This record gives sequence, C-alpha cells and structure tokens, in this order.
Amino acid sequence: MDTTVVNTGTEGKTWGGGNQPLKASYGKMMMWFFILSDALTFSGFLAAYGFSRFKFIDSWPIADEVFTHVPFLHGQELPMIYVAFMTFILIMSSVTMVLAVDAGHKMNKAKVTIYMFLTIIGGLIFVGSQAWEWATFIKGDYGAIQTNGGNILQFVDNEGHRVALRDFAIVDEHKTRVEDQRKSGIWFTDNESLPTFTLEEVVSGFEANDNILIRTQQLTEDGKKTVLSREESIKQLKANGKAVVEGANLHVNEYGSPLFADFFFFITGFHGFHVFSGVVINIIIFFNVILGTYERRKNYEMVEKVGLYWHFVDLVWVFVFTFFYLV
Amino acid sequence: MADAHKLEILRGLIKFKSNTQKIWGVLILLSIVTAIEVVLGIYKPEALEGKVIGMKILNWIFIILTIVKAYYITWDFMHMRDETKGLRRAVVWTGVFLICYLIFILLQEGGYIQGVYENGFVKRDF
Repeated sequence: MDTTVVNTGTEGKTWGGGNQPLKASYGKMMMWFFILSDALTFSGFLAAYGFSRFKFIDSWPIADEVFTHVPFLHGQELPMIYVAFMTFILIMSSVTMVLAVDAGHKMNKAKVTIYMFLTIIGGLIFVGSQAWEWATFIKGDYGAIQTNGGNILQFVDNEGHRVALRDFAIVDEHKTRVEDQRKSGIWFTDNESLPTFTLEEVVSGFEANDNILIRTQQLTEDGKKTVLSREESIKQLKANGKAVVEGANLHVNEYGSPLFADFFFFITGFHGFHVFSGVVINIIIFFNVILGTYERRKNYEMVEKVGLYWHFVDLVWVFVFTFFYLV
Repeated sequence: MADAHKLEILRGLIKFKSNTQKIWGVLILLSIVTAIEVVLGIYKPEALEGKVIGMKILNWIFIILTIVKAYYITWDFMHMRDETKGLRRAVVWTGVFLICYLIFILLQEGGYIQGVYENGFVKRDF
C-alpha cells in the first residue's frame, strides 16, 4: 500500500486541490453553464432571424401589422398590447420565483410553497397566451394572394386600410370544387385544404370594386408598404396571381415572407417549449417543497437552481420581444 | 447566506433595506423600462426615425433598453451580483463575446446577399 504516493506535499497551497475559487456548488455552476450554452443556441436562432431579415430588408413584414389581436376584443387593431401583457406576466412570475428563492434562504416552507405556486400559474398563463397567439397567427385575418414568384399581394382601400378577401370576393354559386382525395390518383397521398375562395372569385370581386388597391411586400423609403395604382393592381393580379393564401404555415404566409412565419414558429415555439419544461420542473420542485424534502435536507438550493432556469426563460423572452415585435 | 446579498442598484444610487425590497424595486424598474418600450413601439415618434450608424435611433433605444433589462434580470433575479468575479466573468464574457461575433458575421452576410439581390441580375418580383 505504501508504494503509491498519496501526498503531493502541496496541500493547502493554491494548486493543491480542494479549494473552491468560484464558491458555488457543483449543481449551481452546472446550471449556469447549461444556461450559457442555451443562451448561445437562442442567440443562434435570433441571429439567423437577423440574417434573413437583412437579406430581405426592403420587403420584411411589419410586426405591428401582424400581431394586432387581443383576446375578447374582436376586430380591434391593438398592436403590442397583448405581447406587452405576456411580457409582464413572465416578469411577474420571475419575481415570485425570486421571492420563493429568498424565502428558501430563510427556510420558510409556507412562503416558498405559495410563491412556487404563483410562479407555476404565471408560467401557465404565458404558455396559454402563446398558444392563443399561434392560433390567431395560423388562422390569419385578411387573406392575400400569392404570386408566381412567391410574393404576397394584400388588399387595401383608398385610404390605405386593409380589406379582407371575404369583404369583396364574389362567390361563384355554381362552381363545384372537389378536394382531391387519395382514391382519385395512384401516386396521390394528401392534399392541402382548399382556401375559402378561388383565385377567380377574388379577381372578379376585385374588378367589381373600384376602390380596392393592391399592396405589395416592398417597403417604401419611409418604411411603409408600397400601394399600387388601380391599373397596375389589376395588371399585377391577373398576370402574376397564383393562389389564395389565408393565414400562415411553414410554406406560405399571408403577412409576407414565409421565412417570417418559419422563424416565428421556430423561435417562439422553442421558447414556449422552454417555458413548458420550466413549468413541469417547477411543479416537481413544488411537490418536493410540500413533501418537505428540502426541509429535511436543510437547504432550498434546488429551488434556487430551477429559479435560475426560470429567470433564464424570462431573459430570453426579453430578447425575443425586442427582436420580433419591437425592432 | 441570507445576509450575503448586495442591496444596492444603479451603482449605489438606490439602496434597499432587505432582499425582498430589492426584488420589488427591480420589478418596478423592469416594468418602467417595458412600458417605455411598448409606448415607443406603438407611437413610433417621428423624431426618432432618423438613422445613427446605419440603424434607426428608435431601434438603438429598444436594443439598449433590452440589454438594461437583461442586466437587471441576470444581476438581481439570478443573483449574479452576489457570485464571485470568476464565475461572473466565465459566464458573461463567454456569452457576450460569442454572441457579438455571431451577430456580426450573420448580419454582415445577410446585408451582402441583400446587395446581390438588389444590384445583381436576380429577378424576385414576378
């Protein structure tokens, strides 16, 4: 046994091992480095969004015109209000989380329980709001026409207010539109659902209403969308119109570039997934608190660690909010 | 542990009596900043539409306010203020450096491709 050296003679010195220069527990430090790597992932997504936006800087959708809806206030244009509400909810739940951590330091089980509960409720409200926002975005509002080149043509009246397809399209009563089905072709597998109107119905409705103009994706000098003259509008619609687009999905997007929708789904989706997993982890910790696990362990560091994760989710949202909705 | 918190923000301009009080103070600060962002985002004042270093003044304000918010979330909610210098630097500098680099190369490249579309022979509007 004496043949191996167990003493290096450096005990107690700086490089002798056993000292903790960062004065943080292993778990907390690992949580910090996980957060760092996750932050890099998110900034990768946001930077990719910036890349695509700079690539189409003169035709990118204006977020203020896309996210104008608030639940229960139907038909009103209220840009930013609902997202501001969501931001506030998330900051609020961050506050209750940090209060739970603080109560944990004081070994106050009752307070930790209450604050953890409030944090979970805040998280659930946020995830629910995001689901609603997705649903509204997917459903769409005004509808638009896609051109052969994949650009989007929207409709406005003389004063520049948006006009929905349903307000002017002339529905052909005698048409028979049959959705393709699996049995009607050998190689055919599936079909996208048919839009409410056909291209012909929109064109005939457009010709019958003299006061409707077309708005293209291109931005003017002062950052507004270009509106074409009546003659140009008809020409553009007839020459290039290809399909009716309602709402948004990964292929088409009635608000403009499909990339906008792709990034919206991907970034807010990835963030929403983080919020969801945060809520799940919070619930687990919440039950541990109730069962008295940390009371017996004589420290509430677990609450602090999930707290770090929860604050990080809030931190990411602050950036998503700025780069998706404000800038 | 409970006494180890540093209880002042804004370089000592505002001092709090307890950690709980500091949390509410930071919440008020964050709410004010968010409110400013939202109001500016809705009204978009004409005076701030001018450009400084290739970007609208308004966008600079949004980005700076975002970084301010991120600072207070990290420093006070995540208790970065109370960690050792070593841990703070290991996390913050790594992130800041890599993110700045990433943003620079991607935005530079996006701007270049936009130039190709604009000045080259690629037809997009049909």
